[in-house]
Amino acid sequence: MTDLIKQTARQLSDLLRAGDVSAHEVAVAHLDRIAAVDERVHAFLHVDREYTLARADQVDAKRASGAAMGVLAGVPLALKDVLAMKGQPTTCGSRMLEHWRPPYNATVVERLHAADVVILGKTNMDEFAMGSSTEFSAYGPTHNPWDLDRIPGGSGGGSAASLAAFEAPLAIGTDTGGSIRQPAAVTGTVGVKPTYGAVSRYGLVALASSLDQAGPCARTVEDTALLHMAIAGYDPKDSTSINQPVADMVAAAQRRDLRGMRIGLVKELSGQGFQAGVRQRFEEAVALYTSLGADVVEVSCPSFDYALAAYYLILPSEASSNLAKFDGMRYGLRSGDDGEHSVEQVMGLTRAAGFGPEVIRRIMIGTYALSSGYYDAYYGSAQKVRTLIQRDFNAAFTTCDVLISPTAPTTAFKIGEKLDDPLAMYLNDIATIPVNLAGNCGMSLPIGLAPEDGLPVGLQIIAPINGDDRLYQAGGALEAALHAQWGHHILEEAPAL
Amino acid sequence: MSGITRAEVAHLAKLARLTIDDEHLDHYAEQLNVIIESVARVSEVAGDDVPATSHPLPLINVMRADVQRPGLTNAEALSNAPAQEQGRFRVPRILDEE
Amino acid sequence: MSKTALLMDFDQALERFDPVLGLEVHVELSTNTKMFCSCSTTFGGEPNTQVCPVCLGLPGALPVVNEKGVEAAIRIGLALNCEIAEWCRFSRKNYFYPDMPKNFQTSQYDEPIAFNGYLDVAVPTDEGVMPFRVLIERAHMEEDTGKALHQGGATGRIHGADYSLLDYNRAGIPLIEIVTKPIVGAGRYAPEVAKAYVAALRELVKSLDVSDVRMDQGSLRCDVNLSLRPTPQDRFGTRTETKNVNSLRSVERAVRYEVQRQAVILTDGGKIIQETRHWHEDTGLTTAGRVKEEAEDYRYFPEPDLVPIAPSREWVEQLRASLPENPALRRARLQAEWGITDHDMASVVNAEALDLVEATIAAGADQAAARKWWLGELSRIANERGLGLEELAITPAHLARIEALIADGALNDKLARSVIEGVLAGEGEVDAVIAGRGLALVSDDGPLLAAIDAALQAQPDVAEKIAAGKLAAAGAVVGAVMKATRGQADAAKVRRLLFERLGVSE
Repeated sequence: MTDLIKQTARQLSDLLRAGDVSAHEVAVAHLDRIAAVDERVHAFLHVDREYTLARADQVDAKRASGAAMGVLAGVPLALKDVLAMKGQPTTCGSRMLEHWRPPYNATVVERLHAADVVILGKTNMDEFAMGSSTEFSAYGPTHNPWDLDRIPGGSGGGSAASLAAFEAPLAIGTDTGGSIRQPAAVTGTVGVKPTYGAVSRYGLVALASSLDQAGPCARTVEDTALLHMAIAGYDPKDSTSINQPVADMVAAAQRRDLRGMRIGLVKELSGQGFQAGVRQRFEEAVALYTSLGADVVEVSCPSFDYALAAYYLILPSEASSNLAKFDGMRYGLRSGDDGEHSVEQVMGLTRAAGFGPEVIRRIMIGTYALSSGYYDAYYGSAQKVRTLIQRDFNAAFTTCDVLISPTAPTTAFKIGEKLDDPLAMYLNDIATIPVNLAGNCGMSLPIGLAPEDGLPVGLQIIAPINGDDRLYQAGGALEAALHAQWGHHILEEAPAL
Repeated sequence: MSGITRAEVAHLAKLARLTIDDEHLDHYAEQLNVIIESVARVSEVAGDDVPATSHPLPLINVMRADVQRPGLTNAEALSNAPAQEQGRFRVPRILDEE
Repeated sequence: MSKTALLMDFDQALERFDPVLGLEVHVELSTNTKMFCSCSTTFGGEPNTQVCPVCLGLPGALPVVNEKGVEAAIRIGLALNCEIAEWCRFSRKNYFYPDMPKNFQTSQYDEPIAFNGYLDVAVPTDEGVMPFRVLIERAHMEEDTGKALHQGGATGRIHGADYSLLDYNRAGIPLIEIVTKPIVGAGRYAPEVAKAYVAALRELVKSLDVSDVRMDQGSLRCDVNLSLRPTPQDRFGTRTETKNVNSLRSVERAVRYEVQRQAVILTDGGKIIQETRHWHEDTGLTTAGRVKEEAEDYRYFPEPDLVPIAPSREWVEQLRASLPENPALRRARLQAEWGITDHDMASVVNAEALDLVEATIAAGADQAAARKWWLGELSRIANERGLGLEELAITPAHLARIEALIADGALNDKLARSVIEGVLAGEGEVDAVIAGRGLALVSDDGPLLAAIDAALQAQPDVAEKIAAGKLAAAGAVVGAVMKATRGQADAAKVRRLLFERLGVSE
């Protein structure tokens, strides 16, 4: 019997379609893997074995009835715990929502159900998606399967680690400033932040509404494309949803032809201050692109220097308002309700008890940036920087089809290393943030291991708004060339768990 | 730009409905100052001629028809309530009239 | 807690100070669904049954704008002679309060959908009704909050309550907030101006058919801002905001009260505190609410979950063209058409009978008769039954038919009242009621003459008086005839026949 957990989603799809395995068997294999390794990895916050097997059985029954099945029918998936799933825990990595069971499904979850994807469980994350290491989860950190003493990136560290630990072939992440791409980079997996509005945000517990975007994560570019197709598309419940057809990402991933593609190397993100091994692998990838027939040129995006500052004003501002709803009145934690405390006091006590330090920091910064007298200098200025960054991208995309950079400045760092140094932590997202600010799309895919520490390095591909298929074209071709060089998937080099 | 005072941090905590004790207030004040200092440079770059972008996509007029759809039942609405009574959410006494 | 404040005599206060008014009116729209979700807006439902993840503020839920809400906002703006924004946004107004599920209100801040308008109102003064133009600052869209029920304590009021119960059925219902510019120059008529403005605004919004505008149910709510200054040349004084002013009469009283209260404080050298005060309908007092110890900091910013609204000029012009006639202009037109006095017109308006009277006249009735029935008999019945005139089961067409029969001599007023009673009782159309109740007037001369003769015989002295020219004595005979015919005679006709019989002329 094939080792089911090592299969890609595409391979599992073929096996399921051929009747060689059942969705039940596939689910059991992954649930067993989770049972075996997740105590050490801690990718998952909730796994409901019974629920998952019941779902798998439903899918098998549907297939047996002769119904038309989608390509991902019966394929398991790990869902980031920031997406509402009816009746299932949805904690957002926070004590605040420890016992919350949403009475409704996120649109992404509805689409996964419609595609007969089997959801294995909810994955760990930095609290309310604030962080780059998953250390800010109220339920303890996730460990990087490459080295359990290291972080798996964040905020979607659980989703990325579940892929790298072969606990799931597919995962959903969300990306506000890099929370899909940076974990993908440091775990040797693939992740895409689609164009803002490409995937519905309905049911995604908001961090920063104008930056948040859910997206697909997998171990290969093609699998990522398959999942992208399952979740993308217009949703009338999300006013910011793009109302136009979704391009064929899978076809783009399979094209494997880069001749004539113009690839821009963003000068401001080309590795100054980045870890040596990251730069080395990046330079090799650039060379590989050239050898594949792409036309690599350098472009400059000077406003990117201000992206981090703008981001750390816009995000906390929106978050301070989005997280105001957590007050212990209608759902979630309530603290200090002793019959004496007033509602105002109970709200204050609840919020102080339910939120961790990073959430409190960002709420306070956001409150500050929006308050009268400071709005123009902070929030207002940050929104102008956003305009400048969009302009830089627009200019770059007049001469380039896609842009590239290293995804993250370093490989996975040690757990605890940057925990009480917010600024050092924020720097992780320096290369990914401009994409969220401008609303366009980006992918991270593995390009090798850094020689100095043997840890994965990710390459970021950036395409314009609604140019998501270009990510898959550029990513699919590079992945194929790298796999040809290596003779295997990079995760084969990870130590056994 | 001068730093945030401790009193300002206390005021922010009040605005944000966060009951934070004095010791933690000091710690947050310190950290907030570091962060604010590092982000303050946003005001240097863009002039008055640069419009603000509040939203990445230039969408306008996204509206829905005025048609009712089923929402939640009373039981679903209250299913996560920390306290309830008479089909309503029960909350501690309200001191302040809005 | 409601301490009686010292009040200065109103006229005395006006000798020393010039009042400056500001009115904020919230109109709750009668759309089918809420402003940002598809939940019902029906008043009076079981608690928390008209809610969904959006209006309950559940994590992850997102708003979508109700097109009818925007349309109503534009129509109100146009009716108030406002400019309609080419482009505007929603903003979040951030503050914590348990009746607000998201702890921010989705509203509009510096980009209202309508701005710079005016409303002409008619203010009753000692010199008669005077026109007054109230300038409108803005009209913007926002959402309503839920409702709190205060439990425990003695009063059911917020103070002294042990805890509160929250119902979010109302949360998210569309509101249009209409804000005036500071109203100056009203002088001693400030209370009347305030009342006339709210009345005119209510009438205007009602004519647009976008809201029930029921102040008693809260679908029209008024906040009164008031400040005093020594003379019209001085800068504005510190203002108070009186909330919960929920009847037209209270608007007038609340303004008067604040003028009198503030005048005492200022005269004594005190300072007015910028505060929210609450109007108490029962006592006619305002009490201090929250003191704004520091300026409110609502941290407004553009709502990132919604995209801008940019009403096309075509849409705006289409809505402008479809506006109903301005109610004030319509009233003036009808008054001229009917040729009635200001006082009579005011009676029609106050009885909320304008539409009904107009329709009754259109159906063929005489204006005086139409007014008489609606303001007299029918108002009395409606009042008895605790109903609005509109709710009575009788139509202008019914009344026009009754009036036609009276003109033909087939009914008199007494019989007509019986017909009305029958129609209201569901006995059928006018003619069916007449047939069913046997209400046709005795119109043959024969039976009437017989009854006249019998009456004259019974009262020979009266017959002599009439014959001698004392026509006033005829009443006794007519009365006897009416009695004999059980009222089913046309009194005028009886009178005519009587005089013919006695050979006298009127």
